[in-house]
Formats: sequence, structure tokens, C-alpha cells
Amino acid sequence: MTEPAPTPSIPAPEAIRFEHVSVRFGGVRALDDVSFSVGCGEVHCLAGENGSGKSTLIKVIAGVYQAQPGARTDYFGESVAAPTPQLARRKGVAVIWQDLALFPEMTVAENIAFDGLVGAPRLVNYRAIRETARTALAKLGVQLDLSAPLKSLPISGRQLVAIARALASDAKLVFMDEPTASLTQTETDHLLGVVRTLSASGVAVVFVSHRLAEVLDVSSRVTVLRDGRLVGVFEAEGMTQSRLTELMTGKRFDHAVTARDVGDAPVVLETSDLTRQGEYSDVNLTVRAGEVVGLIGLIGAGRTEVAHTLFGMSRANSGSIRLSGAPVAFTSNREAIAAGIGYVSEDRLALGLIQPQSIADNTVITTLKRISDASGLISEAKKSAAVAKGIGEFAIKIGLPDDAVSTLSGGNQQRVVLAKWLATSPRLLILDCPTVGVDVGARDGIYKIIRGLAERGIAILMISDEVHEVYFNSDRILHMAGGRIVAEYDPRRTSIAELERAVYA
Amino acid sequence: MSTITERLRRVLGPDVLGLLGLFGITVVAFGLTTPHFLSAGNFDSIGFQLPDLGLLTLAMLAPIVSGGINLAVIATANLSGLTLAWILNMNGGPQAGVVPFVIGVVAALAVGGASGAAMGVTIAYFGAHPILASLAMMIFLKGLGEFLTRGGDISGFPAFLGQLGHGVILGVPVPMLVFTAAAILWHVLLARTRHGFAVAMIGSNPRASDYSGIPVKRSLTLIYTLSGMMCAVAGILMLTEFNSVRVGHGEALLLVTVLACFLGGVDPNGGFGRVAPVFVSLLILQTLSSGLNLLGANQHLATAVWGLFLIAVMVFRYAASLRRRGLFNTIRK
Repeated sequence: MTEPAPTPSIPAPEAIRFEHVSVRFGGVRALDDVSFSVGCGEVHCLAGENGSGKSTLIKVIAGVYQAQPGARTDYFGESVAAPTPQLARRKGVAVIWQDLALFPEMTVAENIAFDGLVGAPRLVNYRAIRETARTALAKLGVQLDLSAPLKSLPISGRQLVAIARALASDAKLVFMDEPTASLTQTETDHLLGVVRTLSASGVAVVFVSHRLAEVLDVSSRVTVLRDGRLVGVFEAEGMTQSRLTELMTGKRFDHAVTARDVGDAPVVLETSDLTRQGEYSDVNLTVRAGEVVGLIGLIGAGRTEVAHTLFGMSRANSGSIRLSGAPVAFTSNREAIAAGIGYVSEDRLALGLIQPQSIADNTVITTLKRISDASGLISEAKKSAAVAKGIGEFAIKIGLPDDAVSTLSGGNQQRVVLAKWLATSPRLLILDCPTVGVDVGARDGIYKIIRGLAERGIAILMISDEVHEVYFNSDRILHMAGGRIVAEYDPRRTSIAELERAVYA
Repeated sequence: MSTITERLRRVLGPDVLGLLGLFGITVVAFGLTTPHFLSAGNFDSIGFQLPDLGLLTLAMLAPIVSGGINLAVIATANLSGLTLAWILNMNGGPQAGVVPFVIGVVAALAVGGASGAAMGVTIAYFGAHPILASLAMMIFLKGLGEFLTRGGDISGFPAFLGQLGHGVILGVPVPMLVFTAAAILWHVLLARTRHGFAVAMIGSNPRASDYSGIPVKRSLTLIYTLSGMMCAVAGILMLTEFNSVRVGHGEALLLVTVLACFLGGVDPNGGFGRVAPVFVSLLILQTLSSGLNLLGANQHLATAVWGLFLIAVMVFRYAASLRRRGLFNTIRK
């Protein structure tokens, strides 16, 4: 499966060359004899699942962690024995983390010029700040309002500010952590244009991601890590997402359409002409018991907004919702939950789970009444039984039930979310991007669970912006754009290419 | 041996054992160096001094777990005490009977609960920051109390109140019994009730709690209301001990209650906090203060020692957490 990597030509001269890098955390080997090099001006992909060692490797290069003795650590042809964060920066290495690490309340110009401002105590020269920011943005070939507060910009704009900030401090090698995770297709295309500009001016860019199909075009090489080891270095040309998935997981995935016909199973959810001003209009959809309906649409299509109304968190201006035939008008999501609706949020970190709290508490949070005894107090016995049931049912891999839920991988966290909603015995589950932030290898497990829930008779509305996801895992597909449902597809009678054209066009 | 400590750790929670050890060290150190430290008199004095601070700390603890803070604890306690004093004075002052006292206690609890509820509503429904909302409430209550009392003392209460404030049942000071009962009640509230569960979840992430169906606004209002009622209990107890009420009384305790919470391992960011370790840290603080007092040290020095002590505990906790995560040698300092 992983034949020896064809060693592609290395563009000279090199930005960095790291060899034999090993890092241990306590008893855990996070990196094991990994080598990694990037040429000047090269666009490089660093691919691997969560836990594969990508972040650890970046932190070694950025001087945050130290490799064990015996590693070769060269920056721009110069060997550095013990890199520190300050030294790595001076050498021209910049890392743009997924959260961007910017200052939302400060202006665009202040954010870009920030690194030049810290240090010696002196007065702030606003003219110089604007000049620095203007020069950096000019290098990128983009225009932004310099005095706008950062928080007024969309994520894509903030990302450009982060890149400009790296350039303002003379970065020659920029790492970008999951840069396309929250971008629409158009924004991604724009970002790739910017990266081409950077590369042409001699700045190397390393994309760090587990979703790389979209950035393969502009890259020249791909380094793949798995379980802290180097799988290989490959030419980007000819690489495909499925091949990359295989390299990252060591497994082969065969996809097949799983759509079935639920016949005249009872209708669980029916909306007619549901409209909420500025969000969505005339939404008509039905979901039957045991049916998985895929709702595909790009960010901003109004998908999540519809879900919020169905879940009782916002009110429609007109139109109606029927649940198992009875009209409903929820004034809060607690009413929706009581009526048998569960909602798996697309934002697992902020809304789906209470990250610092325990796996156990996150599992029972929706069913507190059921784990209470006659006196109204929470029964430890009932609670642990409920937790054990959820963990067992979804095969969640955990240490202890009292560990913080944040210690789990994305896939296992999502299983906890599904467990907490299944515990409410829902008749309708709304899944908003159910595999976002879940490793490719762990997605199949989630899809199997979703299919299993449908087979129990739960109606499932699966919202997604990935054609693959809905095409292979729904019985019926609704396409949403501009706040309206514009088309319906049957995966058995439509090709995936056709659906991709319709959605991404 | 290790299984016994493991089991104790599980029953008491991770933080309690270390704090009990610290308490032991404090007692032994003062016992060896300070005459009269291990006397019944000293333990009695601790038993009479601890409850006021203890009840106010419980009132502080619950809002902190919910992700907020209640800076009005002292002001609420004083105004509640004032309510009781007013009802007693209306009914004969020193000649007042038990019935006016009971009515007064109910009224004091109602005043405390109402001020807490007002704060809770401002925070939960109007999105005010807990620091600002409770600070405003503190200033309001204090101003109101000074206006009503013209800044003076109110005293002249029936004699049986003194027996409550200074009485001893089965060798234990009555205030200590009141505090212990309140602590047990608070433990059950936070650790065993659905409301306590909701408060901890809200403290970590109110939006995710809301998405999971937790009634966030109602829970926040309720926890501040309960906090206000706990302040009232402290106010009532203080009245019986000092046989007088004065606005501004016990103001120095405000930040000490915060200190006691953090010493007891309560997470300043909300979401985590247990009564048992806070109880032990209150014992430590009071022991330190009594011991230093017996050594003839100035009361201000005791306050300074409390501060130093908290800083030391924070540094120690940070080091312990680094070691647990095995990062000591990997992250460069």
C-alpha cells in the first residue's frame, strides 16, 4: 500500500531541512524519526490525521518543542543547535494557527504591524503602522480597509490579515494550519491565488491539513505523517484525495451509495413555506421515519438557520412546521427536545459539547430527569448506568468517564454528542455537518452510526457542505442555495459529478 | 496504603487530601511553636470566627461556579441583618419575643433572596457582566443601608439572641453548627441536584448548555437568589454574635471569601468548584489567622500572610499540573 516514496526533486536552495526528529511526551512518542524539508518558495502540503504528529512537528520547527538529541535542524542552510521560538521567527519561520491568534478589537493595520510594535518601549507611530500594513498587503496583492476593526472582517479576511502579519515580520516560510476549514469555495480559490503570489516572490508556504484535495493544485510536494512517523514524501501532481486518505489512514475506503426507499413510512417532519426574513424562504421539506435526508448547501445557504428554527431556537415569520402530523410552534429548544427533536451542532467546540466538563456529564446533560431518583437528586448509580450505556452503544473510546470531553478525538467527541441526543429517544435528529473536524478514518464509523439510527426509525436530516457526505449517506438529497431549496436528487439516479456541478457551480 | 489513599481521594475529591495535609501542617507548626494554640479556648474562638466568613464564602462559591461572581455578599448580609434588626426594634427591641424573631428571619431571607434575584435577572436576562451587576448591587445596598441607619449602629436585641450567637451545643459553638449545616446543604445543592449540575455546565459554557436544553437564564437567576439567601443567613448570624448591626460591617471579608474559594480549588473561569475543599481551606485560613494572633502578630500581618499563602498555592498547583501532563522537560521555560 505504501510503496517506497519516489523521491521527488527537491527545489534548491532549501528553506528548512529537519532530519531524524523524535519527540516524547512522558511515555508517549509523538514523533518518531521524522524528516521534513521545504524548498525556498515551495508550496508544500503536510498531511496527516489528528494525532499523526503534524502539530508537534510544526512546534519543533517553530522552536516551541525541542527534538531529542541527534536531530538535524537546518534553517535556510544554516544549522541551529537548539532553536527557540524567537530564533525561529528571526530566521523567518511563521506559523498561522487555525484560530489565527489575532486581536479582534484592534484594527487591521495594528494587527498586521503588531510584531514590530512589541519590544522596546517607545511611542506608537500610527503612520508607520499603516505604512507597514500597506506594504504587507501589497505583497499579497489584496486590499483591505486598514482602519476597520478586525472583528468586522469575515474569517477569510482575517486569514489574509494573519498572512500579512507574517510577511510584515519578513517571514520566508509560512505554515498555515487547516487554512480552508472555514472558507467557502470562492474564498478558498482567492486564498490559493494569494499563495501563488507568495510562492512566486520566494516565500515558502506549508499547508497543514487533513483535507487537502483543494490545495493539491498549487502544491509541489506532499509529506504524509501517520502515528508520529513519516509515511513518505510525494509529488503533488497526480495525487488524489482518495489516495491521500489511504496514505494518512493506512486503510482503503470503498464508497457506495447507501440510499434506500423508505416507502410510505410515517412522515415525521413536514414544513410548508417556512420563511424567516433574511435567512431562508419558502422551505418545504419532509422527512419520514427511518429516512436520511441530506440537505446540501454552501456556507450561507441558510441550512443552519432552518435547523435553528426546527430546533426551536428561532421563530419563522411565516409557514408552518408539523411534527408527526401535529402543528408545532416552539418557543424554546427545550420544547423541541421534549417533542423529540435532537440537534447536533456544526460547532462541536463551542456549542455541541461543554469541552472542559466530563464525558459523563456531557452524556447525561440532556436527560437529567431520567437519572434522578425519587427525591429529585441525581442518582450516581443511574448516572453511571446511563453513561455506560451511551459509551457502549456507540463504542466510544475513552479513558475514564470523568475525563474532560476535550481529551477525546473529534470522532469520539461526535459519538458523545450522538449518545446524548439518542438518550432523549428522539424521533427527529438534525445533524449539522456531522463529520466536521472528524478524521477521515473515523468518518465511516459516524456514517454507520447514522445509518443505524435511521434503521431504528429515527428521521434524520443531515446538513452538509460536502457533496461526498450526502451523496453516499442519504436516501434523498435536497439542495439549498440562497435560502431556498432549489432541487431534489436521488443518489441512485444522479451521478456524483452532476451533484458536484450543481452545488459548487 | 495506596488503595486507601485512592479510595479517600475518590470520596473526598482530588483537592481535599492535599488541603487536609496543609491544614495538618499548619496545626502542627503552630502547635509546636505557639503556647495555647492547641487549647480548647483557641478552638472555640476558631469555631466562633469561622462561620461568618464560611457562610459568606458559600454565598460567593455558587455564583463563581456559574461563571460569575457576587461582590455584593457583605452588603446583602448587612441589609438582611438590618431587616431583622428593624423588625425586632418594631416589636419591642430587647423585649421582642420569638415570633417577631422568626418573622424577622423570614423577612431577612426574603430581602437577601430578592437582592440576589435582582442581580441574577440583570445578569441572565439583560446580559450584564456579573462583576458590574454585583458591584452595582453592592453600592446600592450599601447606600440604602447607610441612608436608613444614618451610618450608625443598631442594637438592643432580646437576650436569647446572644445565646444563639455565643451558645454551645454538645461542645460545639452554635454558629459552627449553622455553618456546617449550610455547608452540607450547599454540597447537596451543587453536587447532587439538577440545578447544581446545570450551574456547573453553564459556568463552563452557557451557549452549549443552552443548546443541550439547560434553562440557562432561569438557573442563573436561581443561583444568585440562593446566594443572596445564604448572605442573609450570614447577616442573621452576625447580628446574633455582635448584638448589633452596622452597614459596612465585615467589609474586609469580601475579598477573603474570593480567596477562600480559589484556595479551595474553585476554577476562577467557572464550571468547577466543590464545597468540601473550600471548607478545608476556610479551616486553614482561620487557623493561620488565629495562630498568628496568638503569636502576637498584628491582624494586618495575618492578612498579608493569607495573600502570600494563596500565591504559593497557585504556583504549587501549576507545577503539579505540569508534572501530571509530563510537560516539565519538554516545554522550554
